[in-house]
Amino acid sequence: MTTSRRQFFGRAAAVSAGVALTSPLEEAVAAPENDSGVVEVAFKVNGERRKLGVDPRVTLLDALRERLQLTGTKKGCDRGQCGACTVHVDDRRVLSCLTLAVTVQGKEVTTIEGIADGGELHSVQRAFIENDGFQCGFCTSGQIMSAVKVVEEREVRTDDQIREAMSGNICRCGAYPNILAAIKQVKES
Amino acid sequence: MRAFDYAAAATVDDALKLARPGSAFLAGGTTLVDLMKLDVLTPDRVIDVNSLPLKGIRLHAGALRIGALERMSDVAAHPVVTAVHPMISRALLLSASWQLRNMASIGGNLLQRTRCDYFRDVTSACNKRRPGSGCPALTGVNRGHAILGTSDSCVATHASDVAVAFVALEAQVVVRGKDGDRTIPLDDFYRLPGSTPERENALAPGELVAEVVVPTLPWARHSTYLKIRDRQSYEFALTSVAAAVDLKRGVVQDVRLAAGGVGTKPWRLRAVEEALKGGVAMERTFADAAESAVDGARPLAHNAFKTSLLKRSIVRALLDAAGVR
Repeated sequence: MTTSRRQFFGRAAAVSAGVALTSPLEEAVAAPENDSGVVEVAFKVNGERRKLGVDPRVTLLDALRERLQLTGTKKGCDRGQCGACTVHVDDRRVLSCLTLAVTVQGKEVTTIEGIADGGELHSVQRAFIENDGFQCGFCTSGQIMSAVKVVEEREVRTDDQIREAMSGNICRCGAYPNILAAIKQVKES
Repeated sequence: MRAFDYAAAATVDDALKLARPGSAFLAGGTTLVDLMKLDVLTPDRVIDVNSLPLKGIRLHAGALRIGALERMSDVAAHPVVTAVHPMISRALLLSASWQLRNMASIGGNLLQRTRCDYFRDVTSACNKRRPGSGCPALTGVNRGHAILGTSDSCVATHASDVAVAFVALEAQVVVRGKDGDRTIPLDDFYRLPGSTPERENALAPGELVAEVVVPTLPWARHSTYLKIRDRQSYEFALTSVAAAVDLKRGVVQDVRLAAGGVGTKPWRLRAVEEALKGGVAMERTFADAAESAVDGARPLAHNAFKTSLLKRSIVRALLDAAGVR
């Protein structure tokens, strides 16, 4: 029987989420090279309190995806150059790939999974759909997490200002005109 | 990434006590975490300083004082900064991306490492990363490298934008160590590479950048920060120029100029400043003065364009700052 990567990490997390490292599978993912130990970190994700034991090397991006199964946040470059991993920490957009998970102790993290209101999509999500603001979709959750903040920024008004404010999110399909249209639609409504 | 001990410091004293050879302070992490992933930096202890009280932006005793842990986006948007030194705000807003500006601290910005690809690639030789191993950039791909302040050991540029504005404005940096505070002009804080490019600044091991102090200079509100790059946003400078001009009846009384993207440190253009003083503010004056910007420049195989680009950038920045376009 074949096991997908997603299932592999999913099982590992099922036994380890909320407690210190316990699973041999999990150790394969995040075990330290020496016995410098696991650090407890407690934070809120999408309004829910979570507690993890993490190797201090683990980024917020990997903690979200591999430990908390919030795979909507994408790993693009993993070097802070593409914006695919954009999330909100204490209401500011940041790059989760350059954020060590241990540093979000006590903070509130919002991911793409947390911006809809129940079954009602966020207005930016709706506008991306209505304007075809994506093709392959890999950068889209990061684009939307940035766009949610851009629509709140009052001094960002013109097309050029929106492009500049969104320049940290790269789209290799080139959906930029439609992303811009989606953001303008929400700003104008 | 190599394993490390993690410790969050609650006070400056704690942070200084936790520091030891091989440790690193963590603020925004946009340089440190990136370079740790690349194995360029391999600290065995990471000291999180984000809870330290090195914050606040205020005017005090004739100077703008910026806490080292203030984030780039907060400094750029701060009403005191935009009112007193708009050049600082402009340089910050032309840096990185909004996400990175939300993360990166001012102290960390000043200490960011070069973007030289050989420095960032651990399979390459690099005198900055592995002293004595050589500098492939001298004969390799060097389009983005420095033409001023270089040595046979290193030609890497300093990547910060706001540091260029700070140097033009004669900012000082307050560093805190076990023996107390030291205040150092930022221009002196940065070292030329010489034969020891691994030593980039005056920070002693275990010292923290605490604050940046920028003297007020009322006429420097007439200023600009011009940044030329391969793409219009989210890119490092090929050249940049911070310019402020004090004009009376069309004559240059005083001027501040510094350049980025061309030097091994943020590059104050004192000879150009001297040549401009007393001159009529017009394109010809600016172009003549800009000639001395590249005295002593050492262009490499791929970056000779920076000598003319720098001179033209100076002229354009001066026209803009003087409002005589």
